[in-house]
Amino acid sequence: MTWLSDAVVGRLREVATWPELNSDRYEIRRPVGRGGMGTVYAAYDTVLEREVAIKVSNALVPDDGLEERLRLEARVLARLEHPGIVPVHDAGVLDDGRLYYVMKLVHGETLAARAPALATEADRLAVFVRIAETVAFAQDSGVVHRDLQPANVMVGRFGEVLVLDWGVARLVDLIESPGIRVGTPGFMAPELQRGDSATAEPAADIFALGALLTWILGDAAVPRRLRAIADKCAQPDPHDRYANAADLVADLSRYRAGLPVSAHRDTLLERAGLWFTKYQTLVFLIAAYLLMRALLAFFQRIP
Amino acid sequence: MNKPLLGTLLGGVLGVFDGLTALISAPETAPDIVGIVIGSMCKGLIVGALVGWYAVRVHSLAKGLLVGVVVSAFFAFLVAAIPQPDGSHYWVEIMLPGMIVGLIVGYATQTYGRAKPISVR
Repeated sequence: MTWLSDAVVGRLREVATWPELNSDRYEIRRPVGRGGMGTVYAAYDTVLEREVAIKVSNALVPDDGLEERLRLEARVLARLEHPGIVPVHDAGVLDDGRLYYVMKLVHGETLAARAPALATEADRLAVFVRIAETVAFAQDSGVVHRDLQPANVMVGRFGEVLVLDWGVARLVDLIESPGIRVGTPGFMAPELQRGDSATAEPAADIFALGALLTWILGDAAVPRRLRAIADKCAQPDPHDRYANAADLVADLSRYRAGLPVSAHRDTLLERAGLWFTKYQTLVFLIAAYLLMRALLAFFQRIP
Repeated sequence: MNKPLLGTLLGGVLGVFDGLTALISAPETAPDIVGIVIGSMCKGLIVGALVGWYAVRVHSLAKGLLVGVVVSAFFAFLVAAIPQPDGSHYWVEIMLPGMIVGLIVGYATQTYGRAKPISVR
């Protein structure tokens, strides 16, 4: 008897799960990513002559739960038309009964891979705000992501920021059985970790956004007001967090504009510092004028 | 507040202040201070209105600063060119601060104030 190596077994498994499309429109080319629910393949759309991505459920035999999740993900994505969300082009069923859907193939890298190249706080905040804006849009459309983390964010080659993997996303008004735990440790809200969330709440995404903000800012010295924003997101009690991602985006915009933020009560000195930072050129010009006048007066008095 | 109004108001206020400083830099002008302040305010109003008007049309900090300096220098020159009773001129005392006031107005009108809304036809 000859034992098969792990590599061979892996290859056989890959071939066994290789999707067989019942249409000759798409040619599957290579797997590009695998998650708990499905595998994403790069494929070629022979009609429009372009590369696309096809996500197929991982179930070796049709699994109603997994299929339903994939169907929901496709519908959620189709419902969310936003520059920060990958557009869905098509959906269907394989010969073996598994679901698939076709979406834009994003060329880029995950935030986890891109983060070290984001050198300044401004660069990191710019990316983060794009993520928060996308989540705000989703929340506004009644959808919570529930698994926001660096591996689920893609930065495209044109600098576009896309929030991926809406596989565990849920509609806010959809009741789910208590006890189900979804998310990634470190980015998962306490209420999701306990599994006591009967309905999807935007607050869980706010917690994950806070963790993501802390992660993306890294070990660098973080200004107190920005730290306060991240801390407000990460409050154990959902009621102490921002009510929604739009409020978080608004606070971040105020921070970037050098204005006071709702998450932090500034001291008088900090307010003066903010004011000076905002108007420093004008203050400098007025100081230059006064200095000029003082010098003229001084020299006028010298006989 | 739109840019021409901002420029006019700021120019006027700075003009009044600039006129009043004559009491410190040239105390001998005290008897004529009312005329000096009014003249300086009028100069500031005109310079502010012109620089604000320019800021509506051209959105460039560098050009705004340059126009502020040039316009204010021109009007300051006209004022400084008026000879004193002894025939002397306050060239430096009037022109240098006047140019800095022009810089301030140029900067403020380029940075703050509402630009004219774009009309779509």
